Amino acid sequence: MLTVISFYLLAFISIASAFMVVASKNPVHSVMYLILTFFSAAGLFILMGAEFLALLIIMVYVGAVAVLFLFVVMMLDVDFVELKQGFLSYLPVGVLVAVILLLEMLMVGAAYFAGETKTVVVRDAGISNLEAFGQVLYTDYAGVFEAAGFVLLVAMIGAIVLTLRKRDGVRKQIPFEQISRTKETGLKVVDIEPGVGIE
Amino acid sequence: MIIGLSHYLAVAAILFTIGVFGIFVNRKNVIVILMCIELILLAVNINFVSFSTHMTDAVGSNPMAGQVFALFILTVAAAEAAVGLAILVVYFRNRGNINVENIDLMKG
Repeated sequence: MLTVISFYLLAFISIASAFMVVASKNPVHSVMYLILTFFSAAGLFILMGAEFLALLIIMVYVGAVAVLFLFVVMMLDVDFVELKQGFLSYLPVGVLVAVILLLEMLMVGAAYFAGETKTVVVRDAGISNLEAFGQVLYTDYAGVFEAAGFVLLVAMIGAIVLTLRKRDGVRKQIPFEQISRTKETGLKVVDIEPGVGIE
Repeated sequence: MIIGLSHYLAVAAILFTIGVFGIFVNRKNVIVILMCIELILLAVNINFVSFSTHMTDAVGSNPMAGQVFALFILTVAAAEAAVGLAILVVYFRNRGNINVENIDLMKG
């Protein structure tokens, strides 16, 4: 009974907050609702028995991605009221596409699961979700795991390369030049005439 | 009443639909579009995990494969968010706004 109540609670919260991500006027609020969506989706994962992925979602999404979004939203000085204009003009086509999409998915699901109720398969109690995960992740999927790490590396380099810029008029420390300065390169002796001064 | 596979699939379908709906409605705000892509990927992840936890152990199949794949989707989603937001920052530096309707300037 507790499972049913928690499922409906988490499902309702995740769907309602996902809708608020789309509908809210302020992008900062959108990010907050996105965090709530991911949090309740993690709860759904725990209900399904995938604890490791649930904690991973909280760490990756709530801890990293959402903070990244929040950082960008707050860093960019954008007039969000202007961006919200045209919301109503796109609403009909958006609703149309969404309804068609949902109907198609529900029809496929209803055709597949007609008259059939399945319950959660109870896993072998002796092995935890994390252990089962690790048993396949580093053996069967070791190559793909390396590839995933490579994807993250490329994304990191790409983000740095994209946002790095050289600006003129900014005084920066160049340690090599500062250290390799000698008396000959760094010192200039000027003979100043009386009453003239330095140029 | 038992919560079965179809319940989780329905939640995932609704989340996916909300994501697509958000892309259609917020045609001007790139940040919300990126967040909607994250919602869609979350819906896909819910699908993968629910199928993974509800499938019976057949010969030659491992139910953990779905969860491992969800992990990789998570990786790609994080990378996509990072690169997308970096592009957004560069675009804002050049143009001073993030209006999607001006991005087709090169008519590519």
